[in-house]
Amino acid sequence: MKCTKCGGVAVINMPQHRLKLCAEHFKEWVLSMVQRTIKRYRMFGPKDRILVAVSGGKDSLSLWDILIRLGYQTEGLYINLGITHENYSDVSQEYAEAFAAAHDAPLHIVNVRETYGQGIPDLAHTGRGKRMCSVCGLVKRHIMNRIAYEGGYAAIATGHNLDDEVAVLLQNTLHWQGGYLKRQAPVLPSTHPRLARKVKPLCHLYERETAAYALVQGIAFVEQECPYSVNAKTIFYKQILNQLERRSPGTKMQFYLGFLRAKEEGLFCLDEPEKELTWNTCRKCGQPTTAGDLCAFCRLWEKQKHPA
Amino acid sequence: MGTGTAKIKYRKQEWEVNSGMTVRAAIEKVGLDPYSVLALRNKKLINDQTIIEPGDEIKLVNVISGG
Ligand code: SF4
Ligand SMILES: [Zn+2]
Ligand SMILES: [Zn+2]
Repeated sequence: MKCTKCGGVAVINMPQHRLKLCAEHFKEWVLSMVQRTIKRYRMFGPKDRILVAVSGGKDSLSLWDILIRLGYQTEGLYINLGITHENYSDVSQEYAEAFAAAHDAPLHIVNVRETYGQGIPDLAHTGRGKRMCSVCGLVKRHIMNRIAYEGGYAAIATGHNLDDEVAVLLQNTLHWQGGYLKRQAPVLPSTHPRLARKVKPLCHLYERETAAYALVQGIAFVEQECPYSVNAKTIFYKQILNQLERRSPGTKMQFYLGFLRAKEEGLFCLDEPEKELTWNTCRKCGQPTTAGDLCAFCRLWEKQKHPA
Repeated sequence: MGTGTAKIKYRKQEWEVNSGMTVRAAIEKVGLDPYSVLALRNKKLINDQTIIEPGDEIKLVNVISGG
């Protein structure tokens, strides 16, 4: 298999782009693809300071690497969730730290157990049967917003790839989740000065491309999965989508890009009026909340102190 | 090409396959989905049409994550 550009040995075949590329041309292609994505959705500019949420996995470390190479001003944030099964959180942290050290890039680390007293698994078990991932998501969002606000970053960049986005899209479509469909986008605008703008610069890349990028760049990433993701529905949806992709290359890309285009053209123009959000300020942490005087994050910890 | 065997490694599993087949055929043979893995030989990414040589050690890396 030969590189479409130079005739050298190709390392990857991307039928949806009609491209087979060698390692060098693939790296080049990924960088220009991400640059185009950043510009197309007006994610950020060269003067903006960007906080990259890193997990130690292939997507977020590839993202950080790409943004550094493109010359953007980035700092990393690693949230240690306190997942002790097979040392998952500590091992992942080591990968994030090794990357930061090798690139001489600043990395902020928030250890949930050390900062708040408990790790995610303990918190979720007593949290009135709330599922692990929803507790985890809530905690991560809160911490990301806090760090982004304290550090004055222009945006938080996450490593979501096209497969992540399209798996969510399929789920939301199967359940006709109009509200979620309306909000799903490469850029999630800030709705409050203390809630960060979020961007997904890898949203046009397939998951196998972000993994291939990490491999050809020699980026070491954690290969083990979060033990709680094992039964995640996402994997199931991704496999189904890959079966479609195999029959007809480009299906995932067309599904996602077609969705974004349809939205731009107003096809998803739900009649529901944009609700004016009324913000309260959480009396404990100061973050905005639409609930009472305590935000969902602080309520989670209150429940720990006063179990029902 | 010659004849002989090669090793395929994925996470904690290991298989032996005949050389002379493509990486993609080997991935399918051991029961994995070619879309879910990438193949490395001597730590270098190789495309799935690459012919497996005798004595090769091919490491497969999972590319589908949940969460
Ligand atoms: S799989 Fe669930 S628990 Fe694990 S990191 Fe992701 S959201 Fe958190
Ligand atoms: Zn080339
Ligand atoms: Zn709060």
